[in-house]
This record gives sequence, structure tokens and C-alpha cells, in this order.
Amino acid sequence: MKRILSALALILLSASLAAAAPLDSFNGQKGTLDIAGGTAHIPVMKKAAQAIMTANHDIRITVAGGGSGVGVQKVGEGLVQIGNTGRALKQGEIDRYGLVSFPFAIDGVAIVVNPANGVQAMSKAQLKDVFAGKVKNWKELGGKDAPISLYVREDGSGTRETFEERALDKGTSAGGANVVNSNGAMKTAVAQDENAIGYVGIGHLDNSICGVTVDGMVPSQENAANGSYTITRLLYMNTKGEPSGLTRLFVDYIYSPDGKEFISSSGYIPVDKK
Amino acid sequence: MSGGGSARRWEAGRLALRLALFLSMTGIALLVLMVVAFALPVFSAGESGGPFSWVWAPAQGKFGILPMIAGSLILGTSALALGWPLAAALCCWLIAPPPSGRFSRLSRALVGELVRLMTAVPTVVYGFTAVFLLSPFIRSWLGGTGMSGLTAAVMLGVLILPTVVLVLQAGLGARLESVALSGAALGMDRMEVLWHVVLPRARDTLLASAILGFGRAVGDTMLPLMLAGNAPQLPASPLAALRTLTAHMALVTSNEAGSAAYDSLFMAGLILLTVNAVVSLCLRRLGGRS
Repeated sequence: MKRILSALALILLSASLAAAAPLDSFNGQKGTLDIAGGTAHIPVMKKAAQAIMTANHDIRITVAGGGSGVGVQKVGEGLVQIGNTGRALKQGEIDRYGLVSFPFAIDGVAIVVNPANGVQAMSKAQLKDVFAGKVKNWKELGGKDAPISLYVREDGSGTRETFEERALDKGTSAGGANVVNSNGAMKTAVAQDENAIGYVGIGHLDNSICGVTVDGMVPSQENAANGSYTITRLLYMNTKGEPSGLTRLFVDYIYSPDGKEFISSSGYIPVDKK
Repeated sequence: MSGGGSARRWEAGRLALRLALFLSMTGIALLVLMVVAFALPVFSAGESGGPFSWVWAPAQGKFGILPMIAGSLILGTSALALGWPLAAALCCWLIAPPPSGRFSRLSRALVGELVRLMTAVPTVVYGFTAVFLLSPFIRSWLGGTGMSGLTAAVMLGVLILPTVVLVLQAGLGARLESVALSGAALGMDRMEVLWHVVLPRARDTLLASAILGFGRAVGDTMLPLMLAGNAPQLPASPLAALRTLTAHMALVTSNEAGSAAYDSLFMAGLILLTVNAVVSLCLRRLGGRS
């Protein structure tokens, strides 16, 4: 009997321990939280919002896009509580609105080709020519005589934004390139097509595709985290002044193990709170 | 007593019917109203980068959806051109010859069942299969990247095949049965009756099947999204990539919320809705005549 009771107690204890997850801080909270801005942030924000709203029905969280500019403007004017940006705030923005930034993830993009492709390293200049449609044959890059199949992501994709900003130095891709709508679809396309070149979030690299070394930088999670691979950017949450209440809890939740899980599953690398 | 009960039930049934009618009509009306209301500001904006231009570059403030409208029409038409003749021939083979011979009867029954089964295949399955089988084939034999208007058109042709076959079978089969005996008395076999008597009078059925097939091809999202390459351009050849309205909406909604690009989607939605409404009105007219 005693043994059964202690077993029961143990079960109860472990259950309560399991429940003492990061979500507990939202207990008893109510109200609404509006989030807008960078599109790359949306999957992370949405997963977090869903988890919170499922655990606590008195909290309503809305997540909208619009881009980094919209994020700054909306949070600065008090229209939303959290404005997301895919870039560091400019000094002018900080001064005008009194914004506080919370970098929470590294978004790295790897340029990828089919594993059968002989060209596995190129310079940034070559990369720009390829994506501008100026270089059309792998022969010109020292590969075999075959046309280059360009694959890009859809407009508004965070991966595309990072790629164009950091790898093409704010250039754009050729209009005739094939457009796919997810990292998974990009992987399938590049794995299927020997002449393909495309790009994926660095967390999605695997054996079916081959990461291209750009200017000597090897794409990998570690290199992105330690800064030796530079086709990356930080993703920020911004608040007007130091956050409080629900906003504070949400920001902390993004830095919690749950939040890190959402960040990794969205293809980004979590960053610890400073 | 029982008469009163049945009258009450009748009343209740009528009420439920009216309620259902009212709900569905309101739903449809609201849907159309919302789409039109959201599309109107975009429509009246009328700047150079508005929806009725040829360049889609949201970063530069250009939201032209004309390439996507062209893409939808091109793909719908070419899918019909590939799928309809095949379906019509298949239908003739299914209904025309007399049911003689065990093997021919068996194969006919088998193909008939297969066509019925095809209506239940989700388009994503077709899409996935084509990514691994058809597009490498097109890439290595015809060139291009394998993600092209042609690839999508072939698969859309397959997609609309069962729809067209079933519509034709329903329309032509019954007519053939009604005149087959008279035809036989004149010494014509079933194929001759079909060719000389039934088909010349069946313009409406043929047209209805084509319109329905076209509507299905234009409305499909998954196949063009997975296979057509999605470049927002007017395709220079069947091997070039193109983007349809449906794929365009799927692509933009995955990232955008409440921006100008997002608003322009309502225009795309309105155009799709209009195309489908016209298709269904055409069918209604045809149905009324025959």
C-alpha cells in the first residue's frame, strides 16, 4: 500500500514538474498582444502564439507581416507591442521612438547545388552573375557543359531576403528563375535537378543537397553561429521602451527552451538573451 | 392525428430547407461582397504599378498580375488541348462497341473503374509523382529545367481526364442507347451510330465537358505550384516557367499579411471567381438548352 502511494506521489510530482514548463508564466494572464513586422519571424511568432493561446484562452495574440520597416513604424507609434525586424535598428529609429531590441535568432542561408555538380565553390561575384542570369552555363564556372537551372524563393520569403541582402548585396534575382515556396520544395527541386542552384535556410542542409562554399566560407550551423559564415542576419524583436506585462512574458518565452525549439524548427539558430 | 404530425413535419422540413438555402446564399453573397470590397481599392488605385500591368516586383512597388492571368489562361487552354481529345476518345471506346468478348468487356470495365478512381486522387499526389518522374524526363529529353508550363499542362490534362470522360459518358451514353437499336436496323454498328448520329447532335455535351474541364484546370492550385516553375513572366516557350493566379495566391499568402502585395491578391481572387462564375453560367445555359 505504501509503495503504491509513493508511486502515485511520484507520478503526481513528475506530472507537476512536466507542467512547470515555460508556459506557466502565462497563468492568470489575460489581454491581447499584437505583433507585426519582418516576415522571416512569422513562423516562430505564430508557433509561440499558438502554444500560448492554447494554454491560456484569455490571451489573444495576433501576428502580422509587413516587413522590417512596418515593424519599426508600428511598434514606434504604439500600434503593436512587438515590432519585428530582420536588421539592427538605425540610430535614428532608436532615438525617435525609444525602441529596445531583442535579437533572438540567426537566420543563415546556404547556397546549394546538386551533389552531382562538380562546382562546389564560387566567388560572390560569380554568384551574383549566376543569379542575375548573366552566367547561364556551368561551363563558365568550371563545371560541365550544361545550362544552369535557377531556383529562388517567393517574394517576401525571409530566406530570399537574407540571400539577396547578404549574398547578392541587395541585388535581385533574374525574372525567369523557377520559384518554389518552401525550404523543403527547394531541397526536392535541387536534389532532383543536376543543373540546379538554389538556396535554403542553413538548418535545412543535408546529404540530398550540397552547400556551396562562397568566397571560402563553408556554410554550416557552427560557422553561422560563430560568425565566420556571413550570409546570415540576426532576427530582432523590438519593443517601445523596456517591455512589461504580457509583452515581457512573450519576449522571455521566445528565449525559453520552448522558444528555442520553435526557432530551430523554423530553420534558424537560437541566440541567448544578453 | 398522424395527418397533423406529418403536416408539422412538412412545415419543419420546409423551414429547415429555407434556413439552409438562406445560410448558403448569404455565405456566397458575403464571400463575393468581401472579395469585391477588398479588391475595389486596388482596382481604383490605378497607378503604374497597379494590378493591370506586366511586372510583379513587390520590392519595387510593382504589383502587376497580368502575367499570372495569362499563365492561368495558357495553362487552362493547353491542359484542355491535351486532356480533352484523349478523354473524348477514351469515352467513345468505353461506350461505343457492343459488349462482346470476355476480354474486351473486362478491360472496358477495368478502365471505366480506373477513370472513376482517378477522380479521387488528390492533386498533390499527381504533383509529387510528376516532380520525380515527369519533370526529370522533360528536362533530359526536351530541355529547360523540367519545371515548365508543359509539365503542368500534361498533369492538368491527366487531372481533368476523368471529369471530361464522366460528363461525356453521361451525355453521350444515354443518347447512344436510345438510337442504337434504330441504327442497328439500318445496318450501322454502334461506332457508326455514335460517329454519324450521336456526335453531330451532341455539341452541347461536348462543349459542357470542355468548359467543366477548363474550369477545373484553371482552378487547380497544387499542380501549377509544384510543376509550372512559378516565374512571374509571360512564358516564351512551353518549356519556360509560368505562374498561375492560383499558385500566385498560394505563394504570396505564405509570407505576406496586410501589405500592398497582399491586397493585390484580392484582385487575383476576384478574377478567379469571375472566371469560375462565367464557367458555371455557361454550363447552366447549356444545360437549359439540352
